[in-house]
Amino acid sequence: MLIPDAEVLCESLRRQIAPVVSPATVMIGVHTGGAWIAAKLHRALGLTTPLGLLDISFYRDDFARVGLNPQVKKSAIPIDIENAEILLIDDVLYTGRTVRAAMNELFDYGRPKKIDLAVLVDRGGRELPVAARFTGETLILEAHQSLNLAQDASGQLSFQLVEKKDRT
Amino acid sequence: MRNPQLNKNGELTHLLSIEGLPKGILESILNTADSFASVGEREVKKVPLLRGKSVFNLFFENSTRTRTTFEIAAKRLSADVINLNINASSASKGESLLDTIDNLSAMQADMFVVRHAQSGAPYLIAQHLNNLGVEHIHVVNAGDGRHAHPTQGLLDMYTIRHYKKDFSNLTVAIVGDILHSRVARSDIHALTTLGVPEVRVIGPRTLLPAHIEQMGVRVFHDMAEGLKGVDVVIMLRLQSERMKGALLPSAQEFYKSYGLTPDKLARAKGDAIVMHPGPMNRGVEIDSTVADGGQAVILPQVTFGIAVRMAVMSITAGN
Repeated sequence: MLIPDAEVLCESLRRQIAPVVSPATVMIGVHTGGAWIAAKLHRALGLTTPLGLLDISFYRDDFARVGLNPQVKKSAIPIDIENAEILLIDDVLYTGRTVRAAMNELFDYGRPKKIDLAVLVDRGGRELPVAARFTGETLILEAHQSLNLAQDASGQLSFQLVEKKDRT
Repeated sequence: MRNPQLNKNGELTHLLSIEGLPKGILESILNTADSFASVGEREVKKVPLLRGKSVFNLFFENSTRTRTTFEIAAKRLSADVINLNINASSASKGESLLDTIDNLSAMQADMFVVRHAQSGAPYLIAQHLNNLGVEHIHVVNAGDGRHAHPTQGLLDMYTIRHYKKDFSNLTVAIVGDILHSRVARSDIHALTTLGVPEVRVIGPRTLLPAHIEQMGVRVFHDMAEGLKGVDVVIMLRLQSERMKGALLPSAQEFYKSYGLTPDKLARAKGDAIVMHPGPMNRGVEIDSTVADGGQAVILPQVTFGIAVRMAVMSITAGN
């Protein structure tokens, strides 16, 4: 399988999003990969509202099974999101559980007017009724595969395909 | 023998004492607390992590502040909190500690937050649960006798890190009744584990435990000398009941030698912070001018305590 070029997909997302952003658009990246992409898009689109960051660890639905992520970061929503038009950014859309957790968390900050979702890759395998409005690329991965986004020292994004050992 | 606070993977499953915990676990609690601190600033100050869990606050000894902050912490994690003031209930009817625990376990408890006048009571409970093979109930020590008060120690570390950023160049002085203070013990273990190069204890001989130097601290009896050049001053409460014995001549006498006054504080660094676990005795261990002054971080300590207790509860409950 050809591993998608994250930078090319970022540019594709930028082109899709550019016509719909307004001064009211609040961009929020989901930690970690989504935050990197959001930072790039926020700059490229010249958004003037501050960029937000969500770490959804406190909202995960598998806490009872896996415990708390020891690397949990601060969520930072430096703007009132009451009535805001939110553009949520993540790297890979899979089961939809991260997006559900992110939406739950957002509503604890206020009641946004709307939330749109943009992802670099939609890999299928949804377990919840979630869909992205903007997608860089759609591809089908096996359950034992995962697509991990990495950022190098110069800020370049790239995907890595990881084969998990314990196939479920 | 395995540290009874850790599970078989070496993860924190009970918090009983800071003694013996690796630096990595302490840092991870402080980092997690940092993330919880921002939850307290939101419109909705709650996260759903412990939704449906029952947290029992078992206070065999009174403490309004600690019990309240544990209760707020549990509620901000969406847990259900049951406060039991055991002084007034079963214990006074003669029920043993472990029978009380078994009964509450039968009520599907998920966590016990325990304050007890006897050192080791939370250990006894954790050991009892471990022996029964009960892994889903977690124990957090909220202060046991003279032994430990680990969440206070951790919130003190959080406070120091918040204001001083880094532990590696600090001199920290702990002043007052070290002998009876579980806070002092927890602070000393935490400070040395986190790499503070110089920890001082300052107090009269009658209120310092014998051989305390073995904990890696420098001992001072003269407060002005001991505060010279320190970055952090941790004042301890002088428990009034100590006055009744032969340990101290009088509160006035203690204040003269060991009360933190502006002139004594002037011996510390200009940007030194002043901490106190509360409740304060103004005019006994601390002067009101200092307690209300610009260097005091006593009320921020209380606020940080909520985030630290949220971190401890969610980390232990998840392991």
